[in-house]
Amino acid sequence: MIKKDVIIIGAGPVGLFAVHQLGIKGLTAVVIDNLDKVGGQCIELYPDKPIYDIPAVPECTGEELTKKLSEQIRPFKTEFFLNERVDEVNQEKNHWFVKTNNNNKFIAPNIIIAGGVGSFEPRKLSLKDTDKFEGKSIFYSVKNKEQFKNKNISIFGGGDSALDWALELSKFSKINLIHRRNEFRGAPHTLSEIKKLEKEGKIFIKTPCQLDSIEGEKAIKSITIKFEDGKTEKISTDVILSFFGLVMKLGPIAEWGLNMNKKTIQVNAENFETNKKGIFAVGDICSYPGKLKLILSGFHEVALASVECFKRSRPNEKYKFEFTTSSKSIQSRLGKK
Amino acid sequence: MAKITYTDQLGNSKTIEIENGLSVMEGAIQNDIPGIEADCGGSMACATCHVYVEEKWLDKLPKAEEGEIDMIDMAFDPKKNSRLSCQLIVSDELDGLKVTTPEKQS
Repeated sequence: MIKKDVIIIGAGPVGLFAVHQLGIKGLTAVVIDNLDKVGGQCIELYPDKPIYDIPAVPECTGEELTKKLSEQIRPFKTEFFLNERVDEVNQEKNHWFVKTNNNNKFIAPNIIIAGGVGSFEPRKLSLKDTDKFEGKSIFYSVKNKEQFKNKNISIFGGGDSALDWALELSKFSKINLIHRRNEFRGAPHTLSEIKKLEKEGKIFIKTPCQLDSIEGEKAIKSITIKFEDGKTEKISTDVILSFFGLVMKLGPIAEWGLNMNKKTIQVNAENFETNKKGIFAVGDICSYPGKLKLILSGFHEVALASVECFKRSRPNEKYKFEFTTSSKSIQSRLGKK
Repeated sequence: MAKITYTDQLGNSKTIEIENGLSVMEGAIQNDIPGIEADCGGSMACATCHVYVEEKWLDKLPKAEEGEIDMIDMAFDPKKNSRLSCQLIVSDELDGLKVTTPEKQS
């Protein structure tokens, strides 16, 4: 059980800045995120796209913003739990108890939900009955490539993940690469490698077509794909790898007893607390009159929420507002002299 | 202003008058049209505002840019007439446009 002042759910820009606002007040935090890296939508959806409305930063990409924020919070040496999703939130007197899907347990008087639109999860195949094959014959990521040796593998998708794995797994397996249109959008170099392997008969490219059905009881035996002109083809398949990117799912957040408004959590605009004392929601996931889904709004929200976190964490101390330019205690927390 | 008709997979349809300059996605969100989620808020990054455009409108709409086509790869059940509604900006020329929402967005 890990004990902190605040449990931050979500490592997007607002979750990262929450670490800063708590840290300069002397509060400790831990951050949990379902992605394998920090940055949230900035890093997953638009790492290369320029952002123009961060105050005093005329232009930066999602990746640059993430890097800068990470650098800004480095002095606080905060521990991150990535690849983990918070499943349970329960109250224990004045504290909140949090459990993740990896069975890590945390306790704190405060939770800040900076969850964006929810946690990123792989986009699943749209056919019915694919669930029963998941993790056995259908995979949405490759964790251990050894298990894909000497198999008939059908890979779906047209982006870098699909192309990279087609290339890698073709070293020891037969690969069908299936995409809904003739153009792929991976790196040109990868694409030319794949075309070469197609000529050598190691990779079979099937376009423009989509998955029509899956045959097999316990394990997949074959799949049928349907071409744009209506023709179908049966392909002997042991494993399907599907790479259709990630979707955002609100997930268990909806079950924590918070007042919701569609997919957002209702908060007050004074300290961004939800209907549960000590649970705050900030950034894209919160709603209040006039809410704008901007990164800069999230920064403001978390600054105010952190004050209330302080009051709950240190009920016997008086909160004192301080500037970073003049406060000796803030400067020492930042490692400055 | 343009009248845009949104139809779902069950055939329920709603026609809404939408201001010029808004996207077909924003028109749907502001008028509580179900079936369009728009998780990323219109930054062409999620494919959850995917719609099927009535065939006769396909050539009249500004062509999809590469980023949009790439995102449509990710959409649920993409077809030839698939577009992301966040990229369809309403103008007088779009008056009468009919779009159908897919069975689901993700």
